[in-house]
Amino acid sequence: MEKAVSVAHLSKTYPGGVAALKGISLDIEAGDFFALLGPNGAGKTTLIGILAGLVVKSEGKTSIFGHDVNTDASRAKTYIGLVPQEFNFNIFEKVIDIIVDQAGFYGIPRAQAISNAEPILRDLGLWEKRNEPSQKLSGGMKRRLMIARALIHKPKLLILDEPTAGVDVELRRQMWTFLRKMNENGTTIILTTHYLEEAEQLCRTVAVINKGEIVVHEPMEALLKRSAGEKLEDIYLGLIGSEEKEILTQ
Amino acid sequence: MQPSQIVTAYYTMMRRGVVRIIRIWSQTLLPPVVTTSLYFIVFGTFIGSQLQPIHGFSYIQFIVPGLIMMAVITSSYTETVSTFYFAKWVRTIDEILVSPMPDWVVIAGFVSGGVLRGLLVGILVLVVSLFFTQIAIANFFVLIAALILTSLLFSFAGLINGIYAKGFDGISIVPTFVLTPLTYLGGIFYSIQQFPEFWQKVSLFNPILYMVNAFRYGFLGVSDVSLALCFSILIGLTLAFGIVAMYLFKRGVGIKN
Repeated sequence: MEKAVSVAHLSKTYPGGVAALKGISLDIEAGDFFALLGPNGAGKTTLIGILAGLVVKSEGKTSIFGHDVNTDASRAKTYIGLVPQEFNFNIFEKVIDIIVDQAGFYGIPRAQAISNAEPILRDLGLWEKRNEPSQKLSGGMKRRLMIARALIHKPKLLILDEPTAGVDVELRRQMWTFLRKMNENGTTIILTTHYLEEAEQLCRTVAVINKGEIVVHEPMEALLKRSAGEKLEDIYLGLIGSEEKEILTQ
Repeated sequence: MQPSQIVTAYYTMMRRGVVRIIRIWSQTLLPPVVTTSLYFIVFGTFIGSQLQPIHGFSYIQFIVPGLIMMAVITSSYTETVSTFYFAKWVRTIDEILVSPMPDWVVIAGFVSGGVLRGLLVGILVLVVSLFFTQIAIANFFVLIAALILTSLLFSFAGLINGIYAKGFDGISIVPTFVLTPLTYLGGIFYSIQQFPEFWQKVSLFNPILYMVNAFRYGFLGVSDVSLALCFSILIGLTLAFGIVAMYLFKRGVGIKN
């Protein structure tokens, strides 16, 4: 089976000495819907940042569909679409310009980018808003804009860092449907979320990261079966250690 | 990326920069035009009319090239430092960093915006100067070369400042406390030949002196220092700043940690 992501002995220590990742190894198969769970500060966003080229690793190797993130970065990046946690588009720009400019950064000419953008924006309910400045969008629309922007170059790997944070239930369900469809059409998806029900509903494989180390990595079904009767939330709280558990259950 | 894709990516960076410069023209293009107009009125017309000619030219004719250069330097520097720092601050830089664009294309995109704004402001200030005096062009090639190299150099410098800046203070300290004094003491308003020998030698350590004089030579055909030295320093500094910007970007300094 082709590997979408391969991570070997990956470490990251930030200036100041904070060790965000401590030699983790992880493989994600192509076509998987993968949940990357862990408490705040566990190292999820650092791992995603290294995969997407936003953070410089300290040690180890990472590759995307067989292309090394450091030595073959340009090729590796063409496969990735990233939806970060925070809104990071220019709020003064129109929706269509944000999408089309992003396509341009991937070498897609403007005319083609506009035609690529139409079905994505329609699917995400943003087509009517395409000429609005993005600052006029609601919070949910801004989240969808981030997804649309990540999809404009048709990536084989979509990484979503807490995409449904602060989104209402109805919109969250719509986004689940959209992501399921994407995955069924062959896109590998990595999802980080604090909504464990979301991970349980959507993902086939799960990894839990805590204090920079992978504490579990196995198929969702096997994990749930092994911990007979327990919900993912209970299993998760058991895995992340007593200190965090106390905080989360308070 | 294929060459055609690199061209598209670079065009996208450039287009974004141009749209921004034009959209906020009252912040990007108008202020240097207003400021230099005041210089032309106060120093050129009121005070300058009472001063002796310098190198055979009226005072206002003598200061026009330097004032254009001052506007170009400030505009090029401000464009890259502000756009890059803003992109870092609101994290729109991530849109660029996650893309497969090679580092040199990203740098070229930001720097081209600085060069373009510098050139646009330079042309506007030149047009304004024609309302106050007549000025001929002695050597078009020297003029254009000095203009482009200077705007390129200060676009790189602004980018390096933007890479290191950790706050809005960080993008204003260098322009206020380094660039402005060097510019004012860079021979815009005087010829260093009017100075005592000691101060002439001190002035030679100011790199902006060489840019102003190369540009002035393009207009008036006169310079306080040798043209070859002017261009050697300009080219050397531009290459050095370009290499430093590339190195910092590749290491991810200020953006990837």
